[in-house]
Amino acid sequence: MEKFKKSKFRILKTFLISKFVFINGIISIVVLGLILAFLIYNSLKFFSSYPFFDFISGTRWSPTVNEKFGFVPLMVGSLEIAFGAILIAVPFGIGVAIYIGELAPRLVRETLKPIIEVLATIPSVVLGFIGLKTVVPFVKNIFSLSIGLTALSGSIILAFMSLPTIISISEDAISAVPNGLRNASLALGANKWETTYKTVVPTASSGILAAIMLGLGRIIGETMAVLMITGNSPRIVFSWLQPVRTITATIAAEMGETVQGGLHYSALFGIGLVLFLITFLTNFTADRFVNRIRNII
Amino acid sequence: MKRKNLIQKFWNYLLLFVTLIVVVFVLGIIIYLIVKGLPALSWEFITQKPEAGMRGGGIFPAILGTLYLIIGTIIFSLPVGIFASLYLNEYASKNRLTRIIRLSIVNVSGVPSVVFGLFGLGFFVILLKFGKSILAGSLTLALLILPVIITASEEALKTVPDSYRQASLALGATKWQTVIKVILPQALPGIVTGSVIGIGRAAGETAPIIFTVAAFSQPNLPNSVFSQVMALPYHLYVLATQIPNAPENIQWGTALVLLLLVLFFTIAGTVIRTRARLRKVNL
Repeated sequence: MEKFKKSKFRILKTFLISKFVFINGIISIVVLGLILAFLIYNSLKFFSSYPFFDFISGTRWSPTVNEKFGFVPLMVGSLEIAFGAILIAVPFGIGVAIYIGELAPRLVRETLKPIIEVLATIPSVVLGFIGLKTVVPFVKNIFSLSIGLTALSGSIILAFMSLPTIISISEDAISAVPNGLRNASLALGANKWETTYKTVVPTASSGILAAIMLGLGRIIGETMAVLMITGNSPRIVFSWLQPVRTITATIAAEMGETVQGGLHYSALFGIGLVLFLITFLTNFTADRFVNRIRNII
Repeated sequence: MKRKNLIQKFWNYLLLFVTLIVVVFVLGIIIYLIVKGLPALSWEFITQKPEAGMRGGGIFPAILGTLYLIIGTIIFSLPVGIFASLYLNEYASKNRLTRIIRLSIVNVSGVPSVVFGLFGLGFFVILLKFGKSILAGSLTLALLILPVIITASEEALKTVPDSYRQASLALGATKWQTVIKVILPQALPGIVTGSVIGIGRAAGETAPIIFTVAAFSQPNLPNSVFSQVMALPYHLYVLATQIPNAPENIQWGTALVLLLLVLFFTIAGTVIRTRARLRKVNL
């Protein structure tokens, strides 16, 4: 009887433990769901009272003066900076990934990898600060502008910031290419470089694409550096030498001045929701590419 | 044949050059920061309060605030993260739910940090009425680094050989006993490494703490988890952009202290991993 009781207790204990572990297991779903729910909940007021068409096609973001919440200047600012940053980051990122992953001698690779990893650990506010002190005056002087706080300065720093992501994920994709393919190519008389660019890189291409997408997601979501060095002017300009303002910088800069529960407050949650959806789609697509490469190999 | 090798040589050198440019810039940034920041560092700078509208004195309240946030973040994220990875690696079966969990982890790690800030403001600060506080800030940062901790712990759990699990179960241990007494101790160095690096990342984050905890100026030290604190990353932002004519050396000094703090965590994590590896080899 005593023994029976004990085992009953044990079954209950096992049951409770597995439930407890399960609850922790699904925490990431809960977090993602809560974030989405809160963005929607807090932006309801804005989307229900401000005309959606005026938001999505409005060309003026002037929340405090005349309550205009046009999204176009912010979207253009974010895209402009992201485009510039990707243009700079992709050749460097993939170049480094190919060199480290495929061409470099082992000793060189083992020395260079930690250095690139250190870049990933530098906080964005520190990179923004250094950009403010170096890139901004540099851009100002070289193009003889009145101020150096421009989209170009932002693109340069963000390109730098996305490099660790692009390099490490591309390199993973490159090293995941099976050695059989390399040996086959070499056996057919191709040299190391021909093997690299005709066999290895095409095989790893979907992983490299995923790396670029993830880098892009990081660039669009980056806040502090753009807030510090892009000048924060919510006007539509199609020049890299003018100040712009991104979605992220708008949230960070304006949230402190809003009235809790007011229209402006709600509008900032609204653009936060748009930002969330953009990065969600980018990451989702990237994940698809990553899985595809897993399936090939 | 000669041309072929010439092309190979060309690309080899070109890509080496590209790599060197990146490496030189990374090292350049760090060296520049050290050269500019080191003269500002002194015992007074890291132990005293700001003075003269932050144009003088030290940054002690910001350092302390960041340390409090780190402790809070560890308390909230580490247990949940470890149990989540235990679920994924030891308990979960390969089904649809597990796939959705993995997809969520990837997506949580892709959510922009400023969106975490918005969420922390709406949920912890306003709905749960924590106010702008250490509690709200640490919880927000904990959610932010959860994916890092889960992923790192899972990697560590995967390195524990299956024979250990089978041996433990064969001796009559329950699953839970196996997990706690056999698997976790084996995986611990890996878990700690990944977590320490993730926590270093949290220490440097700015956007999530602006609305949830960071005070522009709060020279008084916090007396409860509901206090607002100054934090190093936000303090650097304030010095660099909000205070006109803030002395250069104070700005660079603050940036250097923040970088050193974050690097400390990264290096500590790497040292733990290396030592664990050496120990395993000696066995």
